Formats: sequence, structure tokens, C-alpha cells
Amino acid sequence: MSAPLDLPKWADTVLVPAISVVAAFLVAGLVVLAIGENPLTATRYLLQGSLGTGEGLGFTLFYMTDFIFVGLAVAVAYHAGLFNIGGEGQATLAGLGIALVLNNLTFLPGFLLIPLGILGAAAFGAAWAAVPGYLQAKRGSHIVITTIMFNWLASVLIVYLLVNVLREPQSMNPETRAFPDQSHIPFMHDVLAAFGVEIPASQLNLTLVLALAASYFVWLLIYRSRLGYAIRVVGSNPTAAVYAGISPARIIVIAMVLSGALAGGLAVNELMGYQHRLLLEFTSGYGFVGIAVALMGRAHPVGIILASLLFGILYQGGAELAFEQPAITRDMVVVIGGIIILFAGALDGLFRRFVAHLFTRQKLARA
Amino acid sequence: MSPAIQLIAINKSFGAVHANRHVNLSVERGTIHGIVGENGAGKSTLMSILYGFYEADSGEIQVNGQPIAIRSPNDAIQAGIGMVHQHFMLVEPLSVVENVMLGAEGGAMLRVGEAMVRAELARLAKDYGLEIDVDATVGDLSVGLQQRVEILKALYRGADILILDEPTAVLTPPEADALFGLLRSLKEQGKTVILITHKLREIMAITDRVSVMRRGEMVATLETANTSPPELAELMVGRRVLLRVEKAEKIPGAPLLEVDNLSVIDARGVLRVANASFTVRAGEIVGIAGVAGNGQSELLEAIAGMRHPALGSIRLEGQTIHSSEHNPHRMRQLGLLHVPEDRLRMGLVPAFPAFESAILGFSDEPHLGRGPILDHDRLIADLAKKMEQYDVRPPAPRLKSSKFSGGNQQKIVLAREIERNPRVLLVGQPTRGVDIGAIEFIHRRLISLRDAGVAILLVSVELDEIMNLSDRILTMCGGRITGERRASETNEQDLGLLMAGVTDEAA
Repeated sequence: MSAPLDLPKWADTVLVPAISVVAAFLVAGLVVLAIGENPLTATRYLLQGSLGTGEGLGFTLFYMTDFIFVGLAVAVAYHAGLFNIGGEGQATLAGLGIALVLNNLTFLPGFLLIPLGILGAAAFGAAWAAVPGYLQAKRGSHIVITTIMFNWLASVLIVYLLVNVLREPQSMNPETRAFPDQSHIPFMHDVLAAFGVEIPASQLNLTLVLALAASYFVWLLIYRSRLGYAIRVVGSNPTAAVYAGISPARIIVIAMVLSGALAGGLAVNELMGYQHRLLLEFTSGYGFVGIAVALMGRAHPVGIILASLLFGILYQGGAELAFEQPAITRDMVVVIGGIIILFAGALDGLFRRFVAHLFTRQKLARA
Repeated sequence: MSPAIQLIAINKSFGAVHANRHVNLSVERGTIHGIVGENGAGKSTLMSILYGFYEADSGEIQVNGQPIAIRSPNDAIQAGIGMVHQHFMLVEPLSVVENVMLGAEGGAMLRVGEAMVRAELARLAKDYGLEIDVDATVGDLSVGLQQRVEILKALYRGADILILDEPTAVLTPPEADALFGLLRSLKEQGKTVILITHKLREIMAITDRVSVMRRGEMVATLETANTSPPELAELMVGRRVLLRVEKAEKIPGAPLLEVDNLSVIDARGVLRVANASFTVRAGEIVGIAGVAGNGQSELLEAIAGMRHPALGSIRLEGQTIHSSEHNPHRMRQLGLLHVPEDRLRMGLVPAFPAFESAILGFSDEPHLGRGPILDHDRLIADLAKKMEQYDVRPPAPRLKSSKFSGGNQQKIVLAREIERNPRVLLVGQPTRGVDIGAIEFIHRRLISLRDAGVAILLVSVELDEIMNLSDRILTMCGGRITGERRASETNEQDLGLLMAGVTDEAA
């Protein structure tokens, strides 16, 4: 029996994560200091590069779109008590689904082809997640182990297919031919230009809108729907689920299918929105970032959007920083990201306890 | 002579909760001192402070007249205080000797310590009649004997003052009698015993003095000989309570639940229920008496459809339930509702707000929302109404389920099941961890359901509760139904024998 950790909601969802981020930046600043650079200058480059210019902001929001999808994917599984760390593999397979749909149905107009491509991504991502889900539900194979294995399977499968099956015969690159033009999801700068608004060109495309819609959908699903209710019962109290007549096995498979479909959004943004072809390693490890995003966002869609923005800033600003200050390499930026994950995820309880302590003292003082 | 234990002005807060408020307690040497109070009254906190699990915010502890600081259980053991927890702290695969040695091995090698333990256990067996097979594996011992190992552990560590926390919760009546015999002989040898319990009968039977706690305060300390159960109950609750609910004789109607030759085998392949057959009729409460862990839980779960029976079948209102539809969902639709034994693991979801726990098992009822979406406003309004009817405190549907006291959680579960007009109601441990005031309320509700013609199957480890509420009583032991009695024609000794497996045929 420990002291109850009761916090007002705003403190729980905003204050504690904010303290974590500040603490992470302070520690990261020490690291920067240790390699002989000025942390303040570094921070300025980081923010300037990610938020200070229209182009930088575009790239930040592009990365944010990726992170929202993988963050939601991890969160949905998490609500069912599952730790889906297979976002990488599921997004990779989703990319395959996109390529198969778009390059085989080239005769369709864009308003049909784009939704079909998105469905292809969702279906392939879902199918790749359903297998570990089924193995967990029916055979008790631990989802963490199986999803890791499925990440490897996905990566070797895609290499095999791109090298031996899907590659254009005259090309030396392990990638498919370009998707048909009408299947490209429009760039944000093109869309806004049509309305007379000029913004700098970047990779940012309309998938961001899809990501925000998916966030609303996930909120509705998890917190308001009957299915989401069943998912949360299974996740927080499996015995109660059995008592309630909810089949944990069925819910586990459903949650994994939804999770995999959401992970497919990463492929939609990267491939249909930007690369316009299927190529190797387009997921760039973002599937794993989704774990940090979901942890930091406390598996709530609003938190995930905010955490995705933070990681978007970190990725875009970090790239600028590495460019401007060569002593701070790309790897250093990864270290800083790691420190944030450590503070926001693993050390979350540390600040929570501290803040709770302050609140109870204040309450007692008033009483 | 100074008292064995003297607690002076103990204060302890957890956050905003003042668990112990200026508590004074004096326990005379060589006596058995009872401490009673409702759940959350602060008994366990007080004993945890005495045993060094918590440190008091303020106040003083004196042992044998000497003020001492107890910062850890080790300090308590040094001061001669031993504790027997409600949930045993034993390593089941180890032998009795090894368990007693644990933490007191007396060196890097075990041989010397082991010889000491064996000699000491032999002496304790002689002095107090604490006989036990010292080489038996603890996991193979009965619950009563496991408790004896806990007592031996405390005595081996030199305890002069023994604290027992709800020691009879897991014992059969004969085992409880044996424990009381042991406590008396400890007292005769000059040991001091503190007994925490909520069973007033035990207080009256064995203690010399009794202290009553209510809401963190010590409200009275009385000579047991000068008090009575009604007086103690009133002190505990703060108002008059009925310990026995009145119920009129009633002739039961048609059989609603018929269980035929039901057997249950658990996931580990152990036979948990063996060939159980019985009937529950409309307007009848059938109680199942038994020591915890003798198949009652599995029987309830099998009837509710949570477990597949290995053998046998059940009939509801004369209709045989096919195994394909024998699941919790279908059983609810057919009017068989279930108040589960374990509120926190099954009855509700502790992390959910109360209004979400209040639809557990019913989340797909069409009127609770529109299509796939649940109507939260409606759920909250529904629960607010039920909270008023059932006097749930605080009446806050949005409050987390885990924040309610045991009694109020149970009322939320009961309201959910009862308000859906069951034909058959399975009730497991309806008052476990529930305050006396709420017990009275829950018992009244169950009786009025019975009077309205519901068939109720009641499982409880509280023999008083079974005898109070039931029209007929079945006893279970080792998964078998060992006897059946009319409630009006039996008594505790009779049931105790049946619960211990002495069947009518054998007797």
C-alpha cells in the first residue's frame, strides 16, 4: 500500500509529461555540453530548423503524420493489454499492399485508386498483425516475441520481393516502378496553392488529415464504442472479461488487426504521399518510435498527437542541427531522442510521484 | 507491571486519508486482546505500524514500558513482536524446517541453523502442543497447518507478543477451535496475543479485552465479559445494526435451476467439482457452505458459463442448456445473473469509472447507446439513479471504481445484476470485505428478491451468513457435496462436520 497517486487530470496529462520533456532536454543539454558544443545554440538550431521556417514546419508535420499512425497502432493494442512492437513489419507489408494495388489497377481514376491504395495498406498491415494476434490468443505465444520475429520476416520478405519479383527488369535499384500519377496523394503546398495560399514546398501531404481523422476515430472507438469498451475490459482485467462474456481471444485478434491497419498509415504517408514507389527500408525505424509516442501520449489520441509533434520537431530539427553543427552528428540526435524516451516513458513514474507529493502537501496545508 | 504494548497518540495519514487519528492502545501482558472494526477503520494500519511496515507520522510505541522506535519488521522482531498475516508468507515448495529458518539461517552454511531449528521446534511442540511434521513440504499441508507454521516462525524468532490478522478467515470451524485452543495455551505460558477480526463471535469466545476502532479512531476498549455483540456492532458502525435479518417462512415454487451431475476439471487437470447435483426453486435461497477452495468457486463459474463442465448439465426453468450456448453472455440473456465472488477481479474493472463498471456484462444491450456507440450521459444517469436506490457513497458515477469502499463496490455490482430482474441469481461472497452497515442492506435485498420469487444460489465462507439467509444449506468439501440440511434443522457443529468431509453415510 503506497500513498495514493491522485492528480488532477491536467497535471496528469500535461504537467507531468511537460516536466519529463524539460528534464530530458536539460540532460540532453549536458550531453551536448560534454562534446564541447553550446546547448543553447543547439536548441536554437533545433527549433529554428523544425518550426522557424515554412519548409521546416512542413517536414516536421510530415514526420508527425508518420508518428501519429504508429503511435495510434501501439495505443490500440496497448488498450487490449498487448505490446505490439511490430509496427515496422506491419508498415512494411502495408507498403507491399499499396504497391500491388496501385501498380495493378493503373487504369482506375485517382478518386478510386487512392482509397483502394489506403485500403490495401490497411488490409496488408492488419493481416501481418493478425497472425501474431492469433498466435497470442489461441496458443499463448507472447506477442512481443512474435511481433519482433514478424519484423524480421517482413524485412527479408520485402528484400526478396523487390530484388527478385517486383523490381523493374531494366532497373538496378531494388524498388518498384513509380506508382501511376493519379494515385499520388496531393502535396499540401499544391492543395493550398489551388486555394490561392502559397506555402513553401515540402513532403507534407494530405495524409496528415487522414492521420488526424484516424486519431478521432481511435478516440471514438476506444472511449465511446462498445467494441472499445470490450477492448479496455480485456486489457485491464481479463478475468472480468470472461465473467462479462467477452472473449479475450476474439478481442486480442480484433485489436491486433486494428493496430496493424493503423500502422499501415505510415506506408500511406511515405509511399503514396511522398516516394511514389515501393522501396527498401522506407519505414526508417519509425515503427519503434511509435512505442515511445504511445507511451508518452499515455495511449490517448490527443497525447499521441502532441507527442508526435514533439518527435516530428526532434527529427526535423535534429537533421538541421546535424547539418549546422557537424560535431553533433545524426547519432547524437538519436541519443537525444533516446533520452526523451527514457524520461517520458521509463522515468515517468519518478516525476508523477514527485508532483503527487506536492499536490497532497498543498491539499493538507489548505485543509 | 507495565503493559506489553502501549501505543500513545499514534497518527498516520496516507495522502488526504487520515488512517489513524490519535490512537491509544494498551495491551496487558499475558492476555488475548481483540481489535475489531469495519474495513478501513484503521486496524491493519495500526498493526502495520506496530510491526514496522509503516512508520507513524507521530506518536509513541512502548514495549514492556520501554519507548522504542520500530522502523522495520526486523525492529519489531527484535522487540519480541511476531505477526501472522492473513495471507501466509510461506514458500510452498520448501519444508517446514526450511520455512522456519528462512531469514534466520544463522550463517552461510545451513547445517548448524537447521539443527537449532529442529531442537527449537521440538521444544515448542512440547510446550504448546504445536505438533507438526517438520520435514513435510509446506504446500502439501492443510491451511490450518500452514497457519501453524506461520505461528512457529514467529515463536522461533522469540516473539512474546503475537499479532494475528483475521486468522480464521481460511479455517474450518474445527480448525478455528484448534487455533483458539493454541492461543489459550500461549496465553497460559505468558505470551500476549493481539487478535484482529471482524467476527464478533470469536471476540466473545476467546478474548479478555476488546478494542473497537471506527474511522481511524479508537472508540472504546472494553472487558469482553462486560460487553455483547450488539454493543460492539453499534460501536463499530456508530449506529444500531441488526445482526440477523428477519425472514418469513416461504414455500418455494417451481425448480428454476437444476444442476445435474456436474463435474469441473481445472486447467491443471485437477478435479474441482465432482458430480454435483441439486435444485434451486423459485423463492428459495440455497446456501453452499464450505471452507474456501473446496470447489464452490468453480461450481459457480461453471453454472454461470465461465468454465466448461467436464461432465453433467444444468437446466434453467426446465430447459436443458446445451454446451454450445452455455456461456456467460447467453446465460444472462436467459435470466441467470451472477454476483461474482471476487469483486475486484471479476465484478468490476477497478480502473474504470463506476458507470462503466456498472454495465460490465451488458455492454451490448441496445438501449445503452446508439448502434456501436455507448451513450455515456445515459449510463451516468442510470447509475446515479441506482446509487440513490442502493445508498452508494459517494453517489458519484464518474468516480473510479477502485475508489469506492468494498461495501459500496458490492452495492454497485448488486444494483447492476438485481435491477435486470434475474430469474436465477448466483451470489458469491456477497459481504466479503463489506462493512456491517452494508451487510445488513445487502442481506435485506437478497431476502426481498427471494420473496419476489427469484431462485438464489448463495456461496459464502461465512457460516453465519449462510445460516442466516438460506432456506436450505448444502455443504461442500473437496469438490463434493457432502450434505444437505434445512437451515432451521441444523447448527454450526453439524455443518462444521459436513464441511470437514464427514458425510452422513460415514457418520
